[in-house]
Amino acid sequence: MKARRVLQPIWFSSVLLPFLNRRVKDRFVGGAFFLITILPFAILLVVIVSLILRTQPILSAHSIGELLTGQKWYPLKGQFGFFPFIAGTFWVTFMALILAVPPCLLSAIYLSEYCRPRISAVAKPLLDLLAGIPSVVYGVWGMVAIVPLVQVFSSHVNKWLGFIPLFSKNNPTGYSILSGGIVLAVMITPFIIAVTCEVLRTVPDGTRLASLALGATKWQTIKYVVLPQTRSGIFAGVVFGASRALGETMAVLMVVGNVAKVPSSIFDPAYPLPALIANNYGEMMSIPLYDAALLGAALVLLIIVLFFNLISTIALRHIIGRSKI
Amino acid sequence: MEPHIQVRDLNVYYEKIHALKDIDLEIPRHQITVIMGPSGCGKTTLLKSLNRFLELNESTRMSGNILIDGEDIYALGVDVTEVRKKAGLLAQHPFPLPMSIYDNVAYGLRIHGMCPNGRSVDAKVQHYLLEAGLWEEVKDRLHFPATGLSVGQQQRLCLARGLAIEPEILLGDEPTSALDPISAQHIENRLMDLKNEYTIILVTHILRQAKRLADYVVFMYLGKVIESGLPGEIFDNPQEERTLAYLEGQF
Ligand SMILES: Nc1ncnc2c1ncn2[C@@H]1O[C@H](COP(=O)(O)OP(=O)(O)OP(=O)(O)O)[C@@H](O)[C@H]1O
Ligand SMILES: [Mg+2]
Repeated sequence: MKARRVLQPIWFSSVLLPFLNRRVKDRFVGGAFFLITILPFAILLVVIVSLILRTQPILSAHSIGELLTGQKWYPLKGQFGFFPFIAGTFWVTFMALILAVPPCLLSAIYLSEYCRPRISAVAKPLLDLLAGIPSVVYGVWGMVAIVPLVQVFSSHVNKWLGFIPLFSKNNPTGYSILSGGIVLAVMITPFIIAVTCEVLRTVPDGTRLASLALGATKWQTIKYVVLPQTRSGIFAGVVFGASRALGETMAVLMVVGNVAKVPSSIFDPAYPLPALIANNYGEMMSIPLYDAALLGAALVLLIIVLFFNLISTIALRHIIGRSKI
Repeated sequence: MEPHIQVRDLNVYYEKIHALKDIDLEIPRHQITVIMGPSGCGKTTLLKSLNRFLELNESTRMSGNILIDGEDIYALGVDVTEVRKKAGLLAQHPFPLPMSIYDNVAYGLRIHGMCPNGRSVDAKVQHYLLEAGLWEEVKDRLHFPATGLSVGQQQRLCLARGLAIEPEILLGDEPTSALDPISAQHIENRLMDLKNEYTIILVTHILRQAKRLADYVVFMYLGKVIESGLPGEIFDNPQEERTLAYLEGQF
C-alpha cells in the first residue's frame, strides 16, 4: 500500500505527465495555429456575408443589372447607378497601368539582369521604402505637383489632339483621370518592380549561361530565354499591381475630381468606387437606401479586387510550379 | 603543327584569390586535351578564360594573352559573341533552354543568322542531333519541351546545341560527372568521334576517362600548370612528384 502511494506519483510525473504534456501541448499548439491561420478567411467570410446582408434593401428595390449598369446617381431621388463609379475605377486603374508597366518592366529587367549587384543591393531597399510612404502623402504631392501640371498639359494637348474624344478637355481643372493615374502609377511601381524581380530570379543562372555560351548577347538571352519563361509571372505582377490600384483610396480621391459621370477623356474627372465610399459613408445616412447603396458599392469593389487577386495568384502558382521542374 | 590555342602568361584573380598563376599552354588542334588536377586548382577558371566567361563576374581581373589561331581573343574590338561561337561550352550540368528540343538546337542557328532560309534549319537540327547521338530517341518528339528529357539525354542535347553553331573548339567542364555510366559512355564516344573536326578541351576528375580519351594531358595544381605532355609521358612517367601523387590518388 505504502509502496504503491510512493510509486504512483513517481510513475505519474516521470512517465505519464511529460508524455501527456507533450501530446496535449502538441495538439493545443496545432489547434491554435490552425485557428490563427483560418482567422483571415473567417474574417473575409464575415465581411462578405455582412455586406451582402446590408445590401439586401437596395437589392430588393432594384435589380442587380439595373444597379450595375445604371448611369445616374441621385440618392435623393432614389436613383443608384453604380456604372460611373465602376467605369471610373477601371479608367484610373488602366491609366495607372499604362503609365507604370513599361518603365517598371524595364527597370526590373535592368535591376535583375544588367546592373552590378551593388546597384541592385541599394536600389531594392529604396524601392521598399517607396512602398512604405503613406498614401495621403502621395495624394498631397499629386495635388500640389501633378494636378497643376496636368491642367497646363491638357490645354496644350487639347489644342492639337482635342478632336480625339480621348484627349479632349471638358474640364477646366487638372483634377482628372490622368492625375489619378500618374499618382497611382508612382504608388504601384515598387510592387510591380519587386514582383517582377522575384519572378526573374526564378530563372536559373545556368540557363542564362547556356544561352550566353552559345554566343547570344545579353539582350537575346533575356528576350528569347528569360522573358518567355517568366511571362505568366510578370503578368501576375502586373495584375497584382492592378489590384492594389483598384482599391487605393486616399491618394486617388484627392486628385481625381470625384464627379459621378462616366468619363470619356483622360482629362475628365472620375469617381472611383473607393472614393465614393470613403467620401460619403457616414453622411446623410437618413436618405432611404443610401446606406445599402454604399455598402453595395463596397461589395462590388471587393468582388473586383478579389477577382484580380485570384488571377494573379493563379498565374504565380503556374510559374512557381514550373520552375520546380 | 601550329597549336590551335596559345595561353601566354595568364593570371586570373577573383578579388584577392589568385586563381591562375602564370599559365603558359599550347593546345593542339583536333585533339583531345585533358585537364586534370585536384578540386579548386583552377580548371574551370581556365576554361572560362577561353570563352570569355570570366568577364561575367564583376570581381575578376586577368592579365596575359590567349590566342586562338594566332589572334588574341581579348584584343580590343574583338566581338565576344564571336569568341563564344568559336569555343562552345559543355557544362557540368545540362541546362536545356526553356523551349522545345528542336528549338534548343535551332536557337544558336537563329541568333547567329546562320539559316537565312528556314528550310535548312530542319536539316541542320537533324544533322546535329545525329552527331550528338540523340536523334533516334527524340525524332518523334522534336517539338516537346526539352525539360522532359532524361539528364543524360539533356546533356547530349546540349552537345547538339553546341555543335550547331559550328564551333572550332569544344570546352567540356566535367561533362559526364552528373551522368549515369551509360550516358557518360555515350558522351565519351561522341567526343572520340568529334575530335577529328574539333579541338576538344576536357576537364575531368576521372583518371580512367582521362586515360581513355586524352591525346594531350595538362596537370594543374593550386592555380599552376605543373606538367603537360603526351599521355604516355604523364601517366606512365611523370616528372613531377605532385603529378605522381595525384595519379596515385593522394589528393
Ligand atoms: N566566382 C568566384 N569568386 C571567387 N572565387 C572563385 C570563384 N570561382 C572560383 N573561385 C576560386 O578560384 C579557385 C579556382 O576555382 P575553379 O572553379 O577554377 O577550380 P576547379 O579546378 O574547377 O575545381 P573543381 O574541380 O572543384 O571544379 C578556387 O580557389 C575557387 O575558390
Ligand atoms: Mg570546376
